[in-house]
Amino acid sequence: MATEIAASPPPPEAGNAPSARADAREPLPLRIWRHHALVKVRKAVVVVFVVANVTFFLGRAMPGDPIDVMAGRLTQGGMTIEEARAIAASSLAYDPDAPLYQQWWDFLVGLATLDMGMTINRPGQSVMEAIGAYLPWTLFSIGVGTVIAISLGLALGMVMAYRRNRFLDHVFSVLASVLGAVPNYLIAMVLVVGGGMYLEWFNPIDLRGTISPGVAPGPTAEFVGDALYHAALPILTYVLAIIGTWMLIMKASTTEVLSEDYVTVAYARGLHDRRIALSYVGRNAVLPLVAQIAISFGTLVGGAIFVEQVLVYKGVGGLLLDAVNYRDYPLLQGLLVIITSCVVIANLAADLLYSRLDPRIRN
Amino acid sequence: MTATTTAPAAGVWGAIWQGVTRSTSGFVGLCLVLSVLAFSFVGPFLVDSHNPTDVTSIWGPISAEHWLGTNHEGKDTFVQLVLGGREPIWVGFVAALITVAIAVVLGGVAGYVRGRVDHFLLQVTDITMTIPFIVLMLVIASFYRTASPLTVSLIIGLVTWPYLMRSIRAQVLTLKEREFVEAARIQDLGTARILFVEVLPNMAGYVFINFIIAVTNAIYAVVGMYLLGLLPSTADNWGLMIQQAWDNNAFLLPRAAPFLIAPMVMIMLFQIGLVTMTRSLEQALNPRLRDR
Repeated sequence: MATEIAASPPPPEAGNAPSARADAREPLPLRIWRHHALVKVRKAVVVVFVVANVTFFLGRAMPGDPIDVMAGRLTQGGMTIEEARAIAASSLAYDPDAPLYQQWWDFLVGLATLDMGMTINRPGQSVMEAIGAYLPWTLFSIGVGTVIAISLGLALGMVMAYRRNRFLDHVFSVLASVLGAVPNYLIAMVLVVGGGMYLEWFNPIDLRGTISPGVAPGPTAEFVGDALYHAALPILTYVLAIIGTWMLIMKASTTEVLSEDYVTVAYARGLHDRRIALSYVGRNAVLPLVAQIAISFGTLVGGAIFVEQVLVYKGVGGLLLDAVNYRDYPLLQGLLVIITSCVVIANLAADLLYSRLDPRIRN
Repeated sequence: MTATTTAPAAGVWGAIWQGVTRSTSGFVGLCLVLSVLAFSFVGPFLVDSHNPTDVTSIWGPISAEHWLGTNHEGKDTFVQLVLGGREPIWVGFVAALITVAIAVVLGGVAGYVRGRVDHFLLQVTDITMTIPFIVLMLVIASFYRTASPLTVSLIIGLVTWPYLMRSIRAQVLTLKEREFVEAARIQDLGTARILFVEVLPNMAGYVFINFIIAVTNAIYAVVGMYLLGLLPSTADNWGLMIQQAWDNNAFLLPRAAPFLIAPMVMIMLFQIGLVTMTRSLEQALNPRLRDR
């Protein structure tokens, strides 16, 4: 890629040439360290590290000592205060009586070895086990919903741009604005009330949860089918909630590309309309949107908490709400770190994909 | 109206008025927003706010006495609907004000001063933007449980500014290269004056659009928090109505449906109105978007 750019010598590139040669003289380790991909990975690690620290110190800044809060809950079950404090203390990944730096170090070591202690409110379950049992469902439903919404949204957005200011465009624009404006949890409610109660297309009570009782997890058709059956409403909600935004963004992006000279040239060369739409217009219109896909992922994870609560889908939203309601500090810390890591990884993947697709942004 | 649309826009507000009324959808949006505002802020003066619980008419149907039936406590749904709009809308506006104020000041300073401040602020936004703001908000709100409407708007304002700050910064970066800023700098007018008197007024329309978007986001967040039961149930409130209706499975009982559907419709109308308004405004203020 780089050689292609260097081969064409327009004036602006000439100024970069000396610095490019200077790069080549740098020792290999330094060049690897400064490689654009590694820079992004370094940034991602820093973000996760900072967020982990924030959650650690947030737990201390909260009103009330976490141990007291936990012990208070345990004494309600008839325990003495010493017993309760001992149990509460042992469930943390670090020793609460040790000096602060020692606690901090233990917390970080726990984080590195993916041992975040035991949950308070789920006896015998570690933080990682609890998250592992709920998070996949959220990622699954959001992931499928996003893929469907973005593919459909991009396709419809292109159609709108080609037919702009015609009837179809006006109808779709209004529809997209309306869908983008309605909060996702209200969309979920409309689906349940409209589709479930009035039109009676499905039984919303039966659709609750992530899996029907008695269905064993495994790579069987029954399990996959049942998982999709229960995830159908959340997925449909996510699709409806985000497709409007993507339609409008893609329409704007495509409209811009359509006015580019190379598209006119492609038409002048007599290329097939279909080929122009896919290889010339579509690819270049999608390019600037890749980075936005990653950002939208973080917003989606947050919005999923509301949707899962409304639809009684047993994902990470309910777990977070439990942790918040029962002041389950270890679980809360774990959730914050893990959810953020998921978003960071998604961002990183999009960043790397983007710099692969568009080498211009590497600097 | 004709005077302002034909004559050149008089200042920022003229431009905003023109932007909203120039397309049908923008005008419909404005009408929706104004009617919901009137319903929620003028309506309370016109209804009897004394709305007692009545065990003899639980989940009452629509009637002349109860226009939208009664709820699970026998309270009149219509009265609750009239009284319930003030709080979410109020929280939305205050939260949006806080968000926009923080974003404009920090974004302006970062974009204009650059250097270390800019670098530091970018790092901060990088990190805060990765934590889903809903998650952050839930955690903060649940720990400080004495959440009054003002606290709620403060929390929402404090967690949602990074996105806007970034785009304000980008705008300032391009604006500061323009001639009028150079002229002001040659006159040695001082950084604060150049930034707040010369640069920022040039993006007033953009800031206004983002203020409205911030209102919709804040309303989304506050109603969502009511839905999760994380806020105290003090006054009548659309979010609380929806939560109570949903938790009592109002959707299973046809005559209970108005208690659920009425506040949902109000919130949707308000959000749709705001969004269509901003879209029309965006196209007016940004000529490049006009044929899109």
